[in-house]
Amino acid sequence: MRPLLLNTLLCLAAVSMPAAELHVGPARDYGTIRAALAAARAGDAIIVHRGVYREGNLVVDKSVSLVGLDHPRLDGGATDEVLTITASQVSVRGFDIAHGGSGSLNDFAGIKVANAHHVTLEHNRIFDCSFGIHFSKSRAGVIRDNEIHGAPGRNESNGNGIHAWSCERLEITGNRVSGHRDGIYLEFTTDSAIARNRVTGNLRYGLHFMFSHRNVYRENSFLRNGAGVAVMYSHEVQMEANHFSRSWGSAAYGLLLKDLSDSRIVGNTFECNSTAVSMQNSNRMRFERNLFRENGWALQVQSSCDDNVFSGNNFIGNSFDLTTNGQLELNRFDGNYWDKAEAYDLNRDGIGDLSYRPVSLFAMLVERIPSALLLLRSPLVHFLDRAERMIPSLTPDHLIDAKPAMRPHSL
Amino acid sequence: MMVRIVRYVVGDILRGRIVLGYTGFLLVAALGLFNLGGDATKGLIGLLSLVLLVVPLVSLVFSTVHFYNAHEFIELLAAQPLRRSTLLLAQICGVALALAAALLLGIGLPILLYAPTATGLTLLAVSLVLTFVFTALAFLAAVLARDKARGVGAALLLWFYFALLHDGLTLYALFLLEDFPLEGVSLGLLSLNPIDLARVLVLLQMDVSALMGYTGAMMKDLLGTGTGMAYAMVVLAGWMAVPLASAVWVFRRKDL
Repeated sequence: MRPLLLNTLLCLAAVSMPAAELHVGPARDYGTIRAALAAARAGDAIIVHRGVYREGNLVVDKSVSLVGLDHPRLDGGATDEVLTITASQVSVRGFDIAHGGSGSLNDFAGIKVANAHHVTLEHNRIFDCSFGIHFSKSRAGVIRDNEIHGAPGRNESNGNGIHAWSCERLEITGNRVSGHRDGIYLEFTTDSAIARNRVTGNLRYGLHFMFSHRNVYRENSFLRNGAGVAVMYSHEVQMEANHFSRSWGSAAYGLLLKDLSDSRIVGNTFECNSTAVSMQNSNRMRFERNLFRENGWALQVQSSCDDNVFSGNNFIGNSFDLTTNGQLELNRFDGNYWDKAEAYDLNRDGIGDLSYRPVSLFAMLVERIPSALLLLRSPLVHFLDRAERMIPSLTPDHLIDAKPAMRPHSL
Repeated sequence: MMVRIVRYVVGDILRGRIVLGYTGFLLVAALGLFNLGGDATKGLIGLLSLVLLVVPLVSLVFSTVHFYNAHEFIELLAAQPLRRSTLLLAQICGVALALAAALLLGIGLPILLYAPTATGLTLLAVSLVLTFVFTALAFLAAVLARDKARGVGAALLLWFYFALLHDGLTLYALFLLEDFPLEGVSLGLLSLNPIDLARVLVLLQMDVSALMGYTGAMMKDLLGTGTGMAYAMVVLAGWMAVPLASAVWVFRRKDL
């Protein structure tokens, strides 16, 4: 009871004292941010004016808001972590943060938040830092409209753009991340919203999450990341209206799903990826109204996947629509538009009168002998595929879309 | 002198109905594919299959038949103070140009209208190259064969081999050698068929995402850069030059 009382008293005290503004800059009250931080009390605002501040590692251990005017630059001199936040209810906005250090024992970051809740990071630009923004054991943080660009030359010391470990209820929106190892990395981070981020040209994954349940990903775009997007060991995830494109390579995936279950993948666009979606050990997923356009392989579904439903998706201009290493008997394909289906519709209900087999003989051949890929679109292959569709012998028996759509769905 | 003969040959061919019919067929087929598919990419895929089968066939058969039909004209010219190589090259050029014109109108126009993309233009370029390659091959077959029946028969066999049989044999070879590293083998086998080379040049545009997902390192280096395209073009140039030179060599020694 006593600590609560004490807290209440302290809060009352804080409220009763008016919040002060502390100005930092050449010819201002404070010459350094460090001095202002030392003098500030909880609830104060530290206004930092234009300039370059080389103050090593700044630790924010009070609930203050740091406001940068005209993007003052905090320079880590390539040796230190730049900003470390250990207090709750801190906000940092409008700073340029550059040249953070890197180490093999510590994950140095442009801005690190540890054991703090309700921290808001907005409109900052973070360049050439090992990790851009690093959250751990923090809840209800907001990471909004930041620009985070790594220096790809860092190689081993290159960390993730936005990194969250053991957090909950984060809001990560409107950020641009490029040139890091993983663009956005979440581990043990739950009940969060990740929206409208643009994640491009990162060395490994654009988005990578593990053990991160009940998160919502909406309207993000992941473009030209080294290995695309990989999501693992999570459940009840929603991915809506995201854009996955140009992940090129034999181990690059628009979206790699591993041990993901009870999730919905709806209304996303997968464009020009070597493999748009690859699924392993993933169950009870729903794929609806997604567009797969001009990918090498639209779907690679392994036989370890059960009870998944694919309906109302458009498959247009992919080299291969679906491959699998098994029968996929327990998965359902229903009412998708397949541009390779040569269907007719006598009763004009918009549904093809013949069921369609999305796995082609040639796709299975290429699985076995990859170099046969160079025979793609050969007239001979065309005839073989057609013969197999009429009298299936090698392709999975039950793998059919019984109601293929005649026209692309409008998404 | 050569230009005058070429002009005469082209004029002669264009007066005939066959090339006109070829143009019309290509035009109708291409417009149909673009309109029925509903999507430019889908139209191009259909057009690729059409081009890979029809262009070699028409080039081969038309060129052989033309050579035999022009037999008297060739004999007449051979009696003039003209080099035989000039005479044959003029014939080949005339036929190739007429067929190329048909192609430009028949599929070039629809491509420009519906799919003026890199893929579309590549498709048009490789179909022109295929026309030249198979015209040269046809003339080689014609100067080698003794009579029209054998010549046309040889042309049809060539078509069947390059259009279908070669790919079947390639696939079979890849199956047999499944356990070995196959990159060099498959590339070598492709180079033995101009239709395959033309197809791969289009794939490099149309299916680049799939090709980038290919596991072999060597092939990726080759396909990922301009090198692959340059390689295919050089080998295709060889496919034009070697039959052409051989045909001229045989024709110069041939007893007309």
